[in-house]
Amino acid sequence: MSGAAELDIRGLHATVEDKEILKGIDLRVQQGQVHALMGPNGSGKSTLAYTLMGHPKYHVTSGQVTFDGQDLLSLTADARARLGLFLCFQYPTPIPGVTTVNFLRAALRAQGKEMPAREFLNRLSTEMAELKIDESFRQRYINEGFSGGEKKRSEILQLAMLRPRLAILDETDSGLDVDALRTVAEGVTRLAGPDMGVLVITHYPRILEYLQPDVVHVLHDGRVVTSGGAELAQRIEREGYEPILGAAAAAAPVA
Amino acid sequence: MAIQARELTKDYQFGFHDKDISVFRTKKGLSPEVVASISQHKNEPEWMLKFRLKALDHFLKRPMPTWGADLSGIDFNNIYYYVKPVEEQSRSWDDVPESIKNTFDRLGIPEAERKFLAGVSAQYDSEVVYHNIREDLEKQGVLFSDCDTGLREHEDIFRKYFGTVIPPNDNKFAALNSAVWSGGSFVYVPAGLHVDIPLQAYFRINSDNMGQFERTLIIAEEGSSVHYIEGCTAPNYSSDSLHSAVVELIAHPSARIRYTTIQNWSDNVYNLVTKRAIAHTRATVEWIDGNLGSKVTMKYPSVYLMGEHAHAEVMSAAFAGSGQHQDAGSKAIHVAPNTTSNIVSRSISKGSGRTSYRGHIKVLPKAHNVKVNVRCDALLLDEESRSDTYPYMDVDNPDVTIGHEATVSKVGEDQIFYLTSRGVNEQEATALIVNGFFEPFVKELPMEYAVELNRLLALSMEGAIG
Repeated sequence: MSGAAELDIRGLHATVEDKEILKGIDLRVQQGQVHALMGPNGSGKSTLAYTLMGHPKYHVTSGQVTFDGQDLLSLTADARARLGLFLCFQYPTPIPGVTTVNFLRAALRAQGKEMPAREFLNRLSTEMAELKIDESFRQRYINEGFSGGEKKRSEILQLAMLRPRLAILDETDSGLDVDALRTVAEGVTRLAGPDMGVLVITHYPRILEYLQPDVVHVLHDGRVVTSGGAELAQRIEREGYEPILGAAAAAAPVA
Repeated sequence: MAIQARELTKDYQFGFHDKDISVFRTKKGLSPEVVASISQHKNEPEWMLKFRLKALDHFLKRPMPTWGADLSGIDFNNIYYYVKPVEEQSRSWDDVPESIKNTFDRLGIPEAERKFLAGVSAQYDSEVVYHNIREDLEKQGVLFSDCDTGLREHEDIFRKYFGTVIPPNDNKFAALNSAVWSGGSFVYVPAGLHVDIPLQAYFRINSDNMGQFERTLIIAEEGSSVHYIEGCTAPNYSSDSLHSAVVELIAHPSARIRYTTIQNWSDNVYNLVTKRAIAHTRATVEWIDGNLGSKVTMKYPSVYLMGEHAHAEVMSAAFAGSGQHQDAGSKAIHVAPNTTSNIVSRSISKGSGRTSYRGHIKVLPKAHNVKVNVRCDALLLDEESRSDTYPYMDVDNPDVTIGHEATVSKVGEDQIFYLTSRGVNEQEATALIVNGFFEPFVKELPMEYAVELNRLLALSMEGAIG
């Protein structure tokens, strides 16, 4: 299994702790495209990310999701990962005692992408250099005591090593300074294309200047209210969400 | 230690047993006659027979301890106290009887010796069947043998220290060991000598209804250092076995002793062990104590800090699966001023498994400027598992610094999700978290043992996820 795969979400409803957050999402990320999902706080962006990856706290109440034509929702998180889905966490969880090196090797093995030790270490060195990550990082415990920037770089390092077919970036740009943002965005841009599609979730248009999305979607109150090209992100940058959400509300069919 | 697994049970791969080929065994149960017959069989001097009989007396008089784990399943009358597997001890693997050799081959012992050990001792039931030490160390005066040989060939040194750290009346099980002890290790390191690669002893119970009572005595003379490692396994029998060892360490001024244990008894073994060290001026004693197996373990490696600037380091890890109770911990007795101790304990409970940390810190009135650090962390793998902490502190000097921290945590849903989102399944994710939790312990082990321990933990985790 290689090459980017299509993600197709239809009428997705999901609850967290019995509260409905996703209220009928329709969204399709075509093979190898870069899509941006924007929206104000609380619109359901991160919930969508967790639901797609299969966090047990998020319950799908109706709708369908296929990835490369396969039903995603019946799979556990690890099976989704093995199919080629990757989530770049907004708040990566610390795992004390588990080094980055050991974890990456376990993950590669689990995904059937194991390689000889020397090749693995060479690739790791190359990717770390690209992301300006210090060598000492290998033996540090995943996400434990990492700064905000280190956590995000570590997520992109995992992305680069695991080479998924679709990456979901959940507010990967938050908490990064300009230089770190550029490094991280360049890391993703390098991988995006025929081998990997991207669904980038963000508040801010800045990361999109680097990633240049094919499509921008705006999420509000658990639904995609409008979609457009890169110019939609620029409009949000200029005018904020309100005019767009207002227009979407006006255009919505009256019940 | 490359170990060939032949799994009789799902979790425990050392549960095989070999045909009993013993050449002598005492009749079941305990009596002065049984004790005398062990002593006579070993051709011991009179003073040792007297020591044993007096110890038996202590044992019979003392009540069963009820403050710790449940010991009510032990039937002292249904145990063989001495089982001699072979006539002669060997220094060459070729001379070891085939079935015993197979056992140790499967456990990877000769291979480990060739690769990274300075000396090896292998005990099978009551006696050491194979024993060897690197020639250069022997020439420099390092003694490494079973305790019986220590008594026979170096009676002066042996008698000077034997039973001085743990007297026979110390507790019921130390008394039992003192009455029927056999095998174990006797190590003597001359002043100033550093044994820089480990000596290892391997303990194997093979017979059904067997009690193993090895006795270990390690003496490190001034300015010397030694690292001793012990490992142990047993077959899975339907009836219980008893392992009750006594380990005495003496670290003379500026000496350093590291004692590493990987306890992996099958889950029908009561493991009731007394381990204690004396640390003289500027000496360091380190207990690295890992408990994975057994039905019940009660073990609290202790250090008596007798000389100024002596230091104690106790790093322990315990894993209790269903039906197991690991009641472990440590004691540090600060007798002299300016002494320090650092105690780190990590325990994991799974299913109906139970871990207890039981620690005792004592600071005597004259011991000023003492520094103590205790940290115990417990990880519970499910709702059923249990962990308790019993820290006791007796501090009779106001000039001390004591740090004590204890945590109990559960494997977090978010941790599992994070790991599984990268493709490892839930069981592997749990194993990674478990290995990570034990990492501070594992990194204290020689590489070969660290690898082995991680593998054993992964095996123990099989079926952990319902």
